[in-house]
Amino acid sequence: MIRDITVGQYYPSESTIHDLDPRFKIIASFIYMISIFAVESIIGYGVVTLFIVFLIKMSKIPIKYILKGLKPIMLIIIFAFVINVFFTPGKVIFEYRIIKVTSEGLYRGFFMAIRLVFLIIGTSLLTLTTSPLKLTDGIEKLLNPFKKIGLPAHELAMMMTISLRFIPTLLEETDKIMKAQMARGADFESGSIVNRAKGLIPLLVPLFISAFQRADDLAMAMEARCYRGGDNRTQLKVLKYTRKDLIGSFVLILYVASLFAFKMVW
Amino acid sequence: MIKTDKLNFEYDDGSFKLENIDINIDDGEFVVIIGHNGSGKSTLAKLFNGIYLPNSGKIYVNKMDTSDEELIWEIRKSAGMIFQNPDNQIVATIVEDDVAFGPENLAIERSEIRNRVDKSLKTVGMFDYINKPTTSLSGGQKQRVAIAGILAMQPKCIILDEPTAMLDPVGRKDVMRTIHKLNKEEKITIVHITHFMNEAVDADRIIVMDQGKKIMEGTPKEIFSRVKDVRNLGLDVPQVTLLAHMLKDEGINIDDDIIKIDEMVEKLCQLK
Ligand SMILES: Nc1ncnc2c1ncn2[C@@H]1O[C@H](COP(=O)(O)OP(=O)(O)O)[C@@H](O)[C@H]1O
Ligand SMILES: [Mg+2]
Repeated sequence: MIRDITVGQYYPSESTIHDLDPRFKIIASFIYMISIFAVESIIGYGVVTLFIVFLIKMSKIPIKYILKGLKPIMLIIIFAFVINVFFTPGKVIFEYRIIKVTSEGLYRGFFMAIRLVFLIIGTSLLTLTTSPLKLTDGIEKLLNPFKKIGLPAHELAMMMTISLRFIPTLLEETDKIMKAQMARGADFESGSIVNRAKGLIPLLVPLFISAFQRADDLAMAMEARCYRGGDNRTQLKVLKYTRKDLIGSFVLILYVASLFAFKMVW
Repeated sequence: MIKTDKLNFEYDDGSFKLENIDINIDDGEFVVIIGHNGSGKSTLAKLFNGIYLPNSGKIYVNKMDTSDEELIWEIRKSAGMIFQNPDNQIVATIVEDDVAFGPENLAIERSEIRNRVDKSLKTVGMFDYINKPTTSLSGGQKQRVAIAGILAMQPKCIILDEPTAMLDPVGRKDVMRTIHKLNKEEKITIVHITHFMNEAVDADRIIVMDQGKKIMEGTPKEIFSRVKDVRNLGLDVPQVTLLAHMLKDEGINIDDDIIKIDEMVEKLCQLK
């Protein structure tokens, strides 16, 4: 299950979406996120669906692969749905003892679930099509104007690079520790919530210890390679806007405009 | 290349100290440091790189004093360091980005970084993996990428702290072949810390550490022929050396400073 997490992973492939400038992709993702929460009608979500399916096709990433990324957070989505269904006041359409389902609740729960799904798909599309280096470089460049007010743009970007670099390593390690504990009779998959939480302790303790060890080692290795912060540093790969980004901007404008045109926003 | 003068060092918690270490490593030499766990090999390596500073005595790397703060980056540039765990020294997700990390820190110009990255990856035989994710590589390949990352900074010396300890036999062989190649072809001074004795037989010189002290120093033949002393320190000698000793104890007329299999074969064939 742990290996299924695709959020934050990069899927190398040759596609127009991969080639877009990360700064553009980050900004576009923000606009997309706002649009998801602004849209409130079925047809509106039709437009969003068309748009995201178009992007996925363009990115040459198998849809299956993206949907797999939804699996680990299915629980959260179901939870959000259930909470909305049962706890939204309104016209009761179904009642059993203390459980009440309202039509408003159904409606809100449905949209909440849809939004979460679109949100995850959108953000994973960003990270799947953008190498961590480009992604963090893009973030660093976008945050650069805020450096004047004391925002450590380079350091934040470096932290992100390293986190993304170590996600697979730590996941692999979690898997290994889990298997080692299971071989000794640990049970992570059944029992009450409390018992399951308790079962996580022998998993988390070694994981944390090793993570600190890794952090220590990595800091030393970086210093040994003359790393001393972002000042006075050159880069092998420099970000450049290209015609593809221009075309991308048009597509994005088209998307927002069509949402407005059909009056699907508010 | 590296010279220590009455070097003393103690951890802040007082748990361990290095005492009176005098080492002189020449340009272009291949030196192996051996010693059992906790004998202070890693501590010494970190002192060579200016990660720790001596309490007393001096360390000169390429004639630069490591306790001179202004020289620290120059020192780290000329003496690169490879660590034991391949996973914990790779910074970037893609091979070429990781190799570029060092030169980027040195503010080298872009086209020059490109040249250095390509050349270093070719030297370690990892050029075919230039655009691969680092996590998809085997341990030995990761170590070679790490070596390429150091090479791209164009050091005069590379210090490797048990680079093969976590590798499988194939990866170990590849890494050893690579560092010997760097020593011979690129004339880079190598300080190789290891506890595999067969990795020490090809060295120009071996330094043996025990409990924070340098207790033996010499050519592989000189060191390993002292089988008893070496074994008393909890270290092994190469199997052929042990065999030669046993044969000699049995009264067979054979040299006891044999350290390589080829040599053994030759000597055995000369016996009648
Ligand atoms: N950061 C530290 N603080 C205190 N003691 C340390 C530290 N690092 C290592 N030591 C101790 O120093 C001794 C020598 O360690 P080390 O140089 O890593 O030996 P080796 O590499 O030969 O196995 C060990 O006893 C170890 O516990
Ligand atoms: Mg060590």
